[in-house]
Amino acid sequence: MTRRPWLYVAPALILLITFTYVPVGAMVFYSFHKWDGLDVTMEPAGFGNYVRVLTDERYWRVFMISLYYLAASFAQIAIALYFAVVLSFRTRFRNLFKGILFFPYLLNGVAVGFVFLYLFQPDGTLDTVLRLIGLGDHTRQWLGDPDIANISLAGTSVWRFTGLNFVLFLGAIQSIPGDVYEAAEIDGANRWHQFRHIIVPGIRRIISLSFILAISGSLSVFEIPFIMTGGANGTRTFVVQAYETAFQFRQIGLASAMAVVLLLLVLLITGVQRRILPDEEVTLS
Amino acid sequence: MRTVARLAKYGSLVLASMIVLIPLVVVLFASFKTHEEYARSGPLTPPESWLHLDNFATAWTGGDMLRGFGNTTLILVVSLAGTVLVGTLAAYAISRFVFPFKRLILGLFLVAALVPGVTTQVATYQIVKSMGLVNTPWSAIVLFMGTDIISIYIFIQFMQSIPPSLDQAAMIDGASRFTVYRRIILPLMRPAIATVVIIKGIAIYNEFYIPFLYMRSPGLNVISTALFRFKGPYGAQWETIAACTMIVIIPTVVVFLLLQRFIYNGITAGATK
Repeated sequence: MTRRPWLYVAPALILLITFTYVPVGAMVFYSFHKWDGLDVTMEPAGFGNYVRVLTDERYWRVFMISLYYLAASFAQIAIALYFAVVLSFRTRFRNLFKGILFFPYLLNGVAVGFVFLYLFQPDGTLDTVLRLIGLGDHTRQWLGDPDIANISLAGTSVWRFTGLNFVLFLGAIQSIPGDVYEAAEIDGANRWHQFRHIIVPGIRRIISLSFILAISGSLSVFEIPFIMTGGANGTRTFVVQAYETAFQFRQIGLASAMAVVLLLLVLLITGVQRRILPDEEVTLS
Repeated sequence: MRTVARLAKYGSLVLASMIVLIPLVVVLFASFKTHEEYARSGPLTPPESWLHLDNFATAWTGGDMLRGFGNTTLILVVSLAGTVLVGTLAAYAISRFVFPFKRLILGLFLVAALVPGVTTQVATYQIVKSMGLVNTPWSAIVLFMGTDIISIYIFIQFMQSIPPSLDQAAMIDGASRFTVYRRIILPLMRPAIATVVIIKGIAIYNEFYIPFLYMRSPGLNVISTALFRFKGPYGAQWETIAACTMIVIIPTVVVFLLLQRFIYNGITAGATK
């Protein structure tokens, strides 16, 4: 009789352990070895892989690329917050605007990559629009020029993900009871006061959650640079580099060390967030 | 002052909508142009004929998109059914049974939610390979089923809102635990199941990394990888690439228009966990 509940959790638990915990354990093990993924034997490497990840410029430099995406995600949060606040007040065509702003988030990543490859082409859409509004001198190799390629890619990322932040913020704002605004209006509060003293405190939790997701998200950017430039012209991110190290150069040990470093960073950041913002809502068992 | 504020508000909304829509609309334009017309006209010029469907035909056959949609559908159906079954069973045990190590198990699910999938693929690949699943659709299916913690959370939370007195009443009438799950809990879980199916379905439809890594042979292309690999041979023919991109985007547009409300709710429920 007491074995019963285990039958119900077993499938989920087995999948969880096989595809999350065993890989994490294996990854830590690989990271202390030199291995090509095929050999039956692995050569112990001590901390050699970690030393290389943290000291070889080729490996730690790619961390710096994350800064472009980090800056972009702050812009993304600001844009999303602005439109969430605007659309939380009465607006014509509210649902239409909401749908348009959110829609890119649902699109297939490869399709988004191609849409923006097309946009950034020489004499493509972006160049044409710039000429149309009299900024024709500012056209350039949006993806070919290493000085600007990361900005173009980070911009693509903003286009793709702003909708998610926007819908989350809007949902949080709308869960603030309407009579709070009415009370504030009777007390003579204007729109700015309402934003500052009602909306911001009401959605503080989701905003800080978005910042945490922004940090760990910008550390693990993969799809957009991989699809659009393949990491060329100085756009290689940490995960693209780890992918190449593992699956093209077959240096499983080194790639594992990279992944462990990334995982520790993400866990550290999430841990800091949990410390600052203890979970209030989720009550389990 | 009021009118200035209104103007700024609607101005910014229209501008943002244009920034969202123009990149997509120009691709739509390109997909209806002939090769010669594409070379001659600017990207902002609408196509001469909206009935020129040759690019779509080329993309459909050249990209083997039928197979792509077939594989995606297979993976989608099997892994969604699996997720719902595995997830509701686990949630049922966790919210309705008292047993040792329950908190530990919950903790395991919670911590796993923090591990980003892309980081562990180096090691996961070796495991999937040792199971002999590489280059079969099962690699994607087990990974989509096994790495999904958020749906278990949604199920647990929803199940806690179903009053346990319902189960007890049924059990007094002689129903077994499994009958309770099958006949009472599962039907009441329909809204939560719908949420999980929608958000997870969209995620699977859009997933690129896992099929790209595990299903390399062309016969196993899903729509993401079919589109990605389409670019090589058609490198310079943007009008066909545009058509292929549109083929991938159109189902998303249809699903979004039909299920808007559910999608918003699902996204909000899934992301704030």
